[in-house]
Amino acid sequence: MTIGGPRGWHPRLQMPCLRKMERMIVSMQDPDMGIKMRNQRLLITVIPHAMTGNDIVEWLIQKYGISEEEALHLGNLIVKHGYIYPLRDPRSLVLRADESPYRFQTPYFWTSTKWPATELDYAIYLAKKNIRKQGDLIEHEKDNYNLLHKRINHTWDFVVMQAREQLRAAKQRRRGDRIVIDCQEQAYWLVNRPPPGVPNVLEQGPERRNCHTTRVQLTKNMDYYKREIEYCRKAMARTRVKSSICLEGYIKFNEQYVPHDPIMSGCLPSNPWITDDTTYWAMNAPTVTTPTKLRVERWGFNFSELIMDPLGRAQLLEFLKKEFSGGLQGYTPSHEALDVAHEGVQCHDPLSSIVSPSPAENLSFWEACEELRYGEQSRIAEIVDSIYQQFLAPGATRWVNIDSKTMERTLEGIKTPHRYVMDDAQMHIYMLMKKDSYPRFLKSDLYKNLLAEAIIPPETKKRVFPFMRKQRHSSPSPALLLPAGDAEERSRSPSTAPVPEEES
Amino acid sequence: MATEGLHENETLASLKSEAESLKGKLEEERAKLHDVEQENADPPMKFLMSVDTVESGLDNKCSVYPLTFEKNENMAAKKKSVAMHTNYLSACSFTNSDMQILTASGDGTCALWDVESGQLLQSFHGHGADVLCLDLAPSETGNTFVSGGCDKKAMVWDMRSGQCIQSFETHDSDINSVRYYPSGDAFASGSDDATCRLYDLRADREVAIYSKESIIFGASSVDFSLSGRLLFAGYNDYTINVWDVLKGSRVSILFGHENRVSTLRVSPDGTAFCSGSWDHTLRDGFCRFFGRHGSEAADQSSTIGNAIMAAAAGIGMAGLAFLLVR
Repeated sequence: MTIGGPRGWHPRLQMPCLRKMERMIVSMQDPDMGIKMRNQRLLITVIPHAMTGNDIVEWLIQKYGISEEEALHLGNLIVKHGYIYPLRDPRSLVLRADESPYRFQTPYFWTSTKWPATELDYAIYLAKKNIRKQGDLIEHEKDNYNLLHKRINHTWDFVVMQAREQLRAAKQRRRGDRIVIDCQEQAYWLVNRPPPGVPNVLEQGPERRNCHTTRVQLTKNMDYYKREIEYCRKAMARTRVKSSICLEGYIKFNEQYVPHDPIMSGCLPSNPWITDDTTYWAMNAPTVTTPTKLRVERWGFNFSELIMDPLGRAQLLEFLKKEFSGGLQGYTPSHEALDVAHEGVQCHDPLSSIVSPSPAENLSFWEACEELRYGEQSRIAEIVDSIYQQFLAPGATRWVNIDSKTMERTLEGIKTPHRYVMDDAQMHIYMLMKKDSYPRFLKSDLYKNLLAEAIIPPETKKRVFPFMRKQRHSSPSPALLLPAGDAEERSRSPSTAPVPEEES
Repeated sequence: MATEGLHENETLASLKSEAESLKGKLEEERAKLHDVEQENADPPMKFLMSVDTVESGLDNKCSVYPLTFEKNENMAAKKKSVAMHTNYLSACSFTNSDMQILTASGDGTCALWDVESGQLLQSFHGHGADVLCLDLAPSETGNTFVSGGCDKKAMVWDMRSGQCIQSFETHDSDINSVRYYPSGDAFASGSDDATCRLYDLRADREVAIYSKESIIFGASSVDFSLSGRLLFAGYNDYTINVWDVLKGSRVSILFGHENRVSTLRVSPDGTAFCSGSWDHTLRDGFCRFFGRHGSEAADQSSTIGNAIMAAAAGIGMAGLAFLLVR
């Protein structure tokens, strides 16, 4: 994790949230619509242009129409980033929704303005504190002070001189102003040099755009523009669909699937994450004897749902086998199947080339092609050959019927086998199953029986005493469970052993 | 006399201006069929709420850990380094099987690797800056994926040819997370500009924005509920906002994390979602405190198995990978 980022990194650019916060702050100070400021009493001093924590929260609620919890959360973040600071208890950047007084940070001390926070400035700040408190600094500040003293020893005289000068100038100010400036400065340093245990809000995670030399360069030469032009031409030629039709599509999809969405519609018998009862998972395991009703219904949504569910696929296979063994006499291909089969049919007996010798083999062929597409690189030639021998070779035992054009292309491609060589054939067979076998499956007795016998699990009886919920607790970190021989891991995380907590 | 097919007019400048003007025309075409306006809608609806891994790293490598349920198995010892980029790896995902990995990197490219041999199968060039996220399409043909990057672009790629099929550039800042809508016809993106957007692939444009004036911190991670009705988004302001995808309004806001939410995933069966955060914890969508890491939980992915509902891999500062299973 980097603090600050590489050269050229500026928070206003890379943290759009800061700019937005600044805009919020400005509108908070709007004379008409902003927060009503007044004088706040701090012990014996009166500080002008201040507001209470409550004012801030109320204003956020009004302005953005959010709840009190959210307003408090948002206000807290604004304070954490140093845009508003507390007058009472200035060492802790926390927003309290009560009468505690707060003030807006001067833009001079905004993180995005006074960037970066240099070591020199920090040294001067600590030196001032050291002088004022006569050496009695807080622990981490003392450590930092000593560290800096060592690191920039060569300019230490300058540091002390500056510190003394600033303190002298401060003495000439009114007490109220002095307190304010001290608070402002302290808030700035709390954000830029957070004390241990307080998360650093300026941390941005791994550096982005950090190194141009390791970037794969896209040189904008002639080839680049030629590719751009090609891409634009292709893109302009594509058919687009009206947005309204797309949205209608979402609505339809939503209507179909919402009853199946456990978060939206609940799940029967109960959601295991809430009740700790895992029956739901047992009933919906990949292979069960009797599937649930919702699951069987889902197979009717589209072909993909059926074929992607291992249970569904098994049922489809059974159906296809039954059809075949039930006799070809009973098998009349649908119009779609006829169209598909007619593509590129040669002039021999039309009937023999239309009737698929075995629809069940289509599914096996499709599965074999999937294995090729997602399989290991080293086995490609082997798998291609196996597919050819089983499904495509003349006289193959599990011959699948592909139109001759596709067959020609595929056989040609097999000579130089690669991962996608079966794509055309696979698509052809997939479409055949989708347009022919699938609709018949849905109308079949097999499917109707599955629907009838499918289970609708009863809802788990509600506990009699619902408030006696099981105690929730967190699991310990897996780091604790590592075998003893792992010296590497141990050495890196010696003191971060987490403790399991109780949480209700 | 070699003219090499170079027409007089085909200078770099003329090609550039041709490309620019075509881009302009393309945007006009895309705008033509947009016949809906998004309205920010009514009061939120009520509903019931019931929430083999890969890691990518700052060492520019992608490592694969074999998963096992045996307690004493030292998984770290069996790790295998698969992908190698020239800059940090931001995202990775298995394709339909365990034998291929798709990675996205800070070097501006995505790549497809064979796990067994570590061989690079295909690379995808086109982003002008770091690529931060990717997601595979759930389509029947299973051939495309979408990636999002620091160039504010989301690009859809053909895995087979390595070509960019579509690209969308409407965000104002880095895109941290992309996720396909369950039907595969659209995808959502979460960005540092504090908005999430829905892009439809058939309409070839952005069709919805999910934003609120009070949300000013970037969205780091997005995922859909099973039906695609809800969009869960984790933000850098430590909250999770739940959006109604169809209405465009926010349904709920979830508190509980004490630092930015870096990752979020809905379980494959849709019963719960899990969020990981820089506060070193993972919480499930019922605000149940799941576990504490020794360091930050940076990435997680859901596996296919039924017994493992949310497998989370945390990448600690020390470079360790953890696996939490229920």
